Amino acid sequence: MDSSTKREVILEHYQNPVNRVTDDVEGYVKVNSNNESCIDNINLFIKFNDNKIEDIKFSGEACAISTASTSIMIQNLIGMDIDEALDYINNFTKMLNDEEYEAKDFKDAVVFDETYKQANRRTCVTLPYKGIIKAIEDYKK
Amino acid sequence: MNREDFPIINDNLIYFDNAATTLKPNVVIDAIDDYYKNYSVNIHRGEYDLSFKADQAYANARLTVAKFINADEKSIVFTKGTTDSLNMIVDGYFKDHLNKDDEVLITKSEHASNVLPWFNLAKTNGIKVSFIELNDDLTLSLDNIKNSITDNTKVISLAGITNVIGDIRPIKEICELAHSKGILVVEDGAQSVPHIKTDVKESNIDFLAFSGHKLCGPTGIGVLYIKPSLIDEFKSVEFGGGMNESFDSVDEVYLKEAPTRFEAGTPNIAGAIGLASAIKYIESIGLDKIHEYECELKEYLVSKLSNIEHIKVINPNTKSGIIAVTIDDIFPQDVGYYLNKYNICVRTGNHCDKLLKDLIGVRNTLRISLYFYNTKEEIDKLVELLSDKNKIISEMI
Repeated sequence: MDSSTKREVILEHYQNPVNRVTDDVEGYVKVNSNNESCIDNINLFIKFNDNKIEDIKFSGEACAISTASTSIMIQNLIGMDIDEALDYINNFTKMLNDEEYEAKDFKDAVVFDETYKQANRRTCVTLPYKGIIKAIEDYKK
Repeated sequence: MNREDFPIINDNLIYFDNAATTLKPNVVIDAIDDYYKNYSVNIHRGEYDLSFKADQAYANARLTVAKFINADEKSIVFTKGTTDSLNMIVDGYFKDHLNKDDEVLITKSEHASNVLPWFNLAKTNGIKVSFIELNDDLTLSLDNIKNSITDNTKVISLAGITNVIGDIRPIKEICELAHSKGILVVEDGAQSVPHIKTDVKESNIDFLAFSGHKLCGPTGIGVLYIKPSLIDEFKSVEFGGGMNESFDSVDEVYLKEAPTRFEAGTPNIAGAIGLASAIKYIESIGLDKIHEYECELKEYLVSKLSNIEHIKVINPNTKSGIIAVTIDDIFPQDVGYYLNKYNICVRTGNHCDKLLKDLIGVRNTLRISLYFYNTKEEIDKLVELLSDKNKIISEMI
């Protein structure tokens, strides 16, 4: 994907994110995710069912990259079972860190395949993943 | 002005985050370098010449700070910074002087460092923290202070200049009003001391806190000023070497005189020397000249920004170098990333002022904070970049 297409995809997800809500969602697990060094602050609402991620919604304020990353993550993870999701996240994180990773179908998330070149924006991309990992770990317990 | 004094300044860097910290001139770097290279030994021991030299430099640094704010030397305590100083004021003095239901007045435009120590005391001592109402333009008036004072009010704790709105508080008049009712006044001088003349005798302030790094000095050094009449009642909050006269048992601990009894352990000697150097440097330029120039720059910036439809200036009229803005439909942090691509440093967020969002209606802003080394040419570049909303959107990611 060339850089102008990546920009278009990110902007589209930023301006029209998937499953953005303004209020808390009943019956969902809520987890907050924020970055220490910036002002991104999002809440994820996750519905688990039989070890599966049935639905994810989010609320809050964050930069374009964080918002787009959240939207793309939600799009990709809905329907996965939790181990499959953790495996996906693990590989995605390796791609972000410019480490060797198992090729997966990252779909729109490939827009971040060169983010490792901008260290200060990597934390923007990882913001929603911090939250979902915590939620999955809590669910596993 | 004086750009040549700063090794970090070059044509590829535009630094507009001076309310967070300031750049360091060569004289400060050299003073610290000289200490570390040529006499990096401890103080409080006069047996050898090098220590005597360090001792003298540390004492002279205190004297320089004292003269800078027109205080007595014994009133000047070296701390880690404004936050440390404010916590010491609360823990060393007010913890023992305030009782349940006593009231502290602050405002919603204070920095976290002038809010959380009081909130913490409210939790432990049961004091009440109340907010003085602000004017529509988020400044503070004496009338509003008057109206907020109750029989229980014991302290008014305010920034001399606030860190987002940038309004100058009339500290002298506030002290007159407060003292007439037996109320003590604390000044958070983090944003005021580096930019306007501070005279503790003229203002009659009771406690003052400020940092070195916001006035071209090093990080990790700050100042706590205690009014002479309040020193005896001010308790040491840290104990250890350097601050005790002698001790034999729990009941036989004898402390040194102020200010030494407030500075336990080896102090930040290099920091104090660097701070003194920074103060002398600032004084050589002149605070009046600095303030006048900052106001001129701000006026220039505000007049240019006011022509841009998608930008709203939160505080156009306050007389300091701080400008907070919002940009329609764009998250401030994205604008920060965009400007970074052009090597322009600004701050985005709530600027440690998490209560202000209720009043300005937005949680986060973009803050441009100026100092004497900024120029109109730098402002022109910033304005040019901010004026094209489509360019911001296409380049912010």
